[in-house]
Amino acid sequence: MNETSLKDQQTLRQGAVAAWPICLGYFPIGLALGVLAQKAGLPWWAVAMMSVMVFAGSAQFICVAMIAAGSSTAAIILTTFVVNLRHVLMSSALAVYLQGVNRKFLALYSYGVTDESFAVNLTKFREGNWGRWQALIVNHMANSVWIMATICGALIGQFVPQGALGVDYALTGMFICLLVFQLQGRIYVITGILAAGLSTLWYLLIPGDSYIVGASMSAATIGYLLKKRYRRSQ
Amino acid sequence: MTFNDYLLLFGGMGLATYLPRALPLLYLAHKKMPQWLIDWLSLIPVAILSALIAPSLLADAATRSFAFGKLELLVAIPTLLFSLKTRSLGGTVLVGMLLYWLGGMVWG
Repeated sequence: MNETSLKDQQTLRQGAVAAWPICLGYFPIGLALGVLAQKAGLPWWAVAMMSVMVFAGSAQFICVAMIAAGSSTAAIILTTFVVNLRHVLMSSALAVYLQGVNRKFLALYSYGVTDESFAVNLTKFREGNWGRWQALIVNHMANSVWIMATICGALIGQFVPQGALGVDYALTGMFICLLVFQLQGRIYVITGILAAGLSTLWYLLIPGDSYIVGASMSAATIGYLLKKRYRRSQ
Repeated sequence: MTFNDYLLLFGGMGLATYLPRALPLLYLAHKKMPQWLIDWLSLIPVAILSALIAPSLLADAATRSFAFGKLELLVAIPTLLFSLKTRSLGGTVLVGMLLYWLGGMVWG
């Protein structure tokens, strides 16, 4: 075996190892989405089409609920846009680590930026020893599992028992651990606690999904100002 | 709904999903970012992860009201301690699942 293909294999393996918690977590959620979609009257091929064209779990759940409620196409598309605005923040944070990368790669990479792939890849980029190809593999493995899980859900989802082995907690567990990895100094801990408090309050007081973007931007801004002030006082 | 109805709907949703992901990357990756933006963005991951998790642990989704002591929160505490101690992503995911599963049987 020559050296390049060995290296490719290693890249593939590193990506797969990083992606498995996402895949584990996506499976039950994808199944659940497929079941709901099938109940809302979507044929399996429409579910497949949706997961390929719109790789965004929460927006897909909302879409299925809105189809079931008889909403208009325009209303569903607008809601999708609002729900997915948080990815502007995630893509911007990823741009720090993808400086100067060619636009073709970025155009493909953007397709797979989800909450989960963002959290895993950004943590890996920050730790170092992580490249854009490994990151792309994480995105696409997660995407493949998602597509398969949603189709399975639409076809055979009703026959799968719910909540087996605590798999519904996989993504929460993953997010908790990735949050811990982010805590690399006092300012990160403060920002995290601020975001937790603000997002919970925002969630309780304001309907809709603005709590994610609203609370994280506010907490990051307060954290940034605190850090600047602390630096100046030194 | 016909095939074309679905195509229009998912095409529109696809664009509404793709553009917020692609435009910042395509723009910012080829621009010299000011230091304040890099500093601010370095706080975004911790803030966004916290904002994604906290309401799901502290509030009830169906009624959208404060709920203290949900199984999700009770499991989150040992899961958090485990990840602080071991810093293992895979281990944390499995421990969280196991505790949630056991907790569901005890409470369920």
